[in-house]
Amino acid sequence: MADRPVITSSELTPRSLYLRRREFVAGAVSAGLIGTMAPLASALAAPLQFVKSPLSTSEPPTPRKDVTTYNNFYEFGADKGDPAQNAHTLTTKPWTVKIDGLVGKPADYDLDDLIKDAALEERIYRMRCVEGWSMVIPWVGVPLADILKRVEPQGSAKYVAFETLVRPKEMPGQRGLFQPLPWPYVEGLRLDEAMHPLTILAVGLYGETLLNQNGAPIRLVVPWKYGFKSIKSIVRIRLTEEQPPVSWNLQNPREYGFYSNVNPKVDHPRWSQATERRIGESGLFVKRRETLMFNGYGDQVASLYAGMDLKANY
Amino acid sequence: MPAVSPPAAPWARHILGADPLRRTIYIVAMMPAVWTFHLGLTDALGADPQKTLERTLGLWALRFLIVCLAIAPLRHIGGPNLIRYRRAIGLLAFYYAVMHLSVYMLLDQGLDWSAIWADIVKRPFITVGMIAFTLLVPLAVTSNNAMIRRLGGAAWNRLHRLVYLAAALAVLHFVMLVKSWTPELALYVGLIAGLLLFRLVMSVRKRRRSAGQLVRG
Ligand code: HEM
Repeated sequence: MADRPVITSSELTPRSLYLRRREFVAGAVSAGLIGTMAPLASALAAPLQFVKSPLSTSEPPTPRKDVTTYNNFYEFGADKGDPAQNAHTLTTKPWTVKIDGLVGKPADYDLDDLIKDAALEERIYRMRCVEGWSMVIPWVGVPLADILKRVEPQGSAKYVAFETLVRPKEMPGQRGLFQPLPWPYVEGLRLDEAMHPLTILAVGLYGETLLNQNGAPIRLVVPWKYGFKSIKSIVRIRLTEEQPPVSWNLQNPREYGFYSNVNPKVDHPRWSQATERRIGESGLFVKRRETLMFNGYGDQVASLYAGMDLKANY
Repeated sequence: MPAVSPPAAPWARHILGADPLRRTIYIVAMMPAVWTFHLGLTDALGADPQKTLERTLGLWALRFLIVCLAIAPLRHIGGPNLIRYRRAIGLLAFYYAVMHLSVYMLLDQGLDWSAIWADIVKRPFITVGMIAFTLLVPLAVTSNNAMIRRLGGAAWNRLHRLVYLAAALAVLHFVMLVKSWTPELALYVGLIAGLLLFRLVMSVRKRRRSAGQLVRG
């Protein structure tokens, strides 16, 4: 452990930028702005300490600007620019995650108790959206398996169910006439998928705490499944014996299944899944690239689905 | 209104017609396309410029279709009479649809014909969009004085009723491609539904009136 390199965000972010951000925060404090800017301040990212993971891809990460402004997070609006516009209203402190169901140690865990800074790793993963675009994102987080082991799953537990915050006051997408989904947003994994070493709970991005539009303060990342499986702003994790309901499947069962593994051979009725556009690549003239089975993580995860008909279990 | 119109070079007069207001409409109406292409080329169109360009052009095609359909009802309720400019607006809708389709084929699909064909037959929202576009083609081709003369007013009018079907299919295309309803989408659906309903009511009334005249006569 001790000989693993420790990287701080000041090394990852160009130093001048990093310092400028520091100055901005310091300047804001001295100018007496912080008080009036409280909701904005909580949306600002703070540097994290972490170690690099060998599970990262060596592909170049998508620019931070794109990762933090092009988001599907329907709690903050249906347009991809909405979350970056609206999510600053969300307060993420204090934050507790209820872990219950078939576990030995059910409790309301404070976020700081749940995720120990010392355990943080950077995982640079491909992310494939069901809409046919993709990114490469440097997440910072911990393996979900580590958390689950600590709460001691019971032998009968077969699935893990996740739930996003419901707080209409701070989440404009949860108010008004046009609500795309029933709330809370729910997702689920099979227990073996949840325990897989690639599955993480992320608290950071580009070396800093998550911005609200990216699912602060804590979100799931499952890199071999379509992006919507990676549920954001998690408030509850429940272990169950039955397969839990998942939001997009409830909204449109024909188009979205429980598994939602990235699979170029199983088409979505509205988007071909054979190819994808990599965001941040060559602007207007970006060429589509082939989508890889399990988003390129087949060597690690294909065995989870041995013998399963992936067309029927989409 | 010579004050508002740009000077007409002979070539411009040839392409855009002699009516200064019509010329102005063409030039102003092309601005969204020019501006969006400009933003795209200068990397100012967000994270997914290609998709944003594609969608913006589709949206303007739909908007011009709506304006085109609104011109007759506007006159009917006592608004200004813009019938003289309806053909220009309809052609603009078509030009935007052509650009929308071109961006889809050239940039989005990179002229991969098998992928394009698969999209057209397999993805219902594309199938519907393609039908809407195909319906607009004969309307655009016949939107000139020579064709009107050749077809005669009555046949031309009958043919151009297709625009109602094209508009309905275009907005259906929009409904089918979103993951969830938005206020914007509801507005477009409402506008087109309203315009179709207006047209329906008018033609029923007209038929009643002519039937009544027959009885009385
Ligand atoms: C009359 C013809 C058409 C009209 C008025 C039209 C209009 C639209 C509109 C309003 C949108 C959504 C814009 C937004 O979300 O802001 C759209 C998207 C789109 N249209 Fe069309 N369209 C037409 C024909 C076509 C055709 C012929 C094709 C392809 C063969 C096509 C392919 C697409 C695609 C790929 C999208 C984007 C879908 C996505 O976001 O993934 N459209 N169109």
